[in-house]
Amino acid sequence: MTAVQERPVGGSLIDQFELGLDAPICLTWELTYACNLACAHCLSSSGKRDPRELSTAQCEAVIDELQRMQVFYVNIGGGEPTIRPDFWHLLAYAVDHQVGVKFSTNGVRITPERARVLASTDYVDVQISLDGATAEVNDYVRGTGSYDTALTALQNLQDAGFKDAKISVVCTRENIGQLDEFKALADRYGATLRLTRLRPSGRGADVWDELHPLPAQQKVLYDWLMAHGEDVLTGDSFFHLAAFGESLPGLNLCGAGRVVCLIDPIGDVYACPFAIHDSFLAGNLLDQGGFQRVWQTSELFTELRSPQTGGACAKCTFYDTCRGGCMAAKFFTGLPLDGPDPECVQGYGETALAGARTIPAASQDHSRSGPTRNQPVMLQLMTRPPVSACAQSPLAGFEAAPSSQNGCCS
Amino acid sequence: MPDVLLDRILTQAWALSPSVALRPEPFGALAYHFGNRKLTFLKRPELVQVVRVLAEHPDVRSALVAAGVPESQHAAYGAALRGLARTDMIRPREQELAS
Repeated sequence: MTAVQERPVGGSLIDQFELGLDAPICLTWELTYACNLACAHCLSSSGKRDPRELSTAQCEAVIDELQRMQVFYVNIGGGEPTIRPDFWHLLAYAVDHQVGVKFSTNGVRITPERARVLASTDYVDVQISLDGATAEVNDYVRGTGSYDTALTALQNLQDAGFKDAKISVVCTRENIGQLDEFKALADRYGATLRLTRLRPSGRGADVWDELHPLPAQQKVLYDWLMAHGEDVLTGDSFFHLAAFGESLPGLNLCGAGRVVCLIDPIGDVYACPFAIHDSFLAGNLLDQGGFQRVWQTSELFTELRSPQTGGACAKCTFYDTCRGGCMAAKFFTGLPLDGPDPECVQGYGETALAGARTIPAASQDHSRSGPTRNQPVMLQLMTRPPVSACAQSPLAGFEAAPSSQNGCCS
Repeated sequence: MPDVLLDRILTQAWALSPSVALRPEPFGALAYHFGNRKLTFLKRPELVQVVRVLAEHPDVRSALVAAGVPESQHAAYGAALRGLARTDMIRPREQELAS
């Protein structure tokens, strides 16, 4: 206790969190890149399993280490984690080692039998992904049949007596109008609604322009969240909306590398679940020192915990509330990390997006190479003809000059 | 009214809930309740010490004394402990419930 006190005693929790913790509070662990779906906005560009994915024994060793570090629970995801053959074993192993589990699934393996097992297990939370309150809206981004799969899973959980499942919704331009319907759906299944932000990460980068909520929808979302308070979970993902006025419940800061991180299926440790990119790769837990060394001493995490400057945002009166927004959202839209969030509610994001920027190339992609059976096809009616006028008139552009050889269809 | 409640908790026997784990942190500790999944931050090392030794003492006041909390701060610590009781981080010990 004679060590030099580097951090202030007391003070706000946010100040403490910015300096980092001995172990993460919120650890996401993607167990596999394999997935039965091919959602258009997948954060991790999942589809195919990676041959380097951690073995069962390696996963058990990770859990042992999390137990030693007192990481009280992990958020398990993927890919679709339940299609790993050892998923149910690892779930039990974690719970037996005082590491609670909340896992995200599209519901494909939540059969009545599995639901009964889950209902009889303590310390397990189940989160069913659903991105539309109707099949039409959901399946547009998650693929045909995925709505029915999710609702069947919710029904199985309810029938088995599983209490308080979560319905996890990524908020998009298509579903912001369905917030009340989502809530009603959650109530029908005795579930809790969880709303999170669409990030331009993974395949999300390809559809972000089309799917991210419009400025007016952001206000609708903010008002709805303020009205529902702590009844609705948000994973603290909407802190950029705090600049509308009052802060939303939860942590209002970027937790990347400070209180949050991600372990990917091959053991790579990234600063946050929305930042699977080489620029945010802190190390691999199979290397000497394991996860603890990466968390406590990696260069990247140390840097993320050092005092940050507000950059272009520092002079904005709302900087103290939104703290510049989401690092991943800025990075994957090609904006500077010390500038405004692309969805800055004060409008600075739109200005920044209109300027010169380069969207970074993906550093990994596990998408399936060929189309899959139920892959979403985000087709929309086009508002203008796709080809030039000559498609409608073979004589379009034809000038009666006798020597012209250059029709546009040539 | 608050004074009456406060006096009461200081004379009662409390303990950390069996479902709660404490994780030391540079600023104090994290307390996680495996049952209700609540996460609480104990922002002062002294409060962490009080919570750790609650079960070894006949009442809260003697736990505060043992942890070296000056009497002038007992009221504030009593309030903090009542906050922890609201989310079942600490609970009254059984013999007290019976009386």
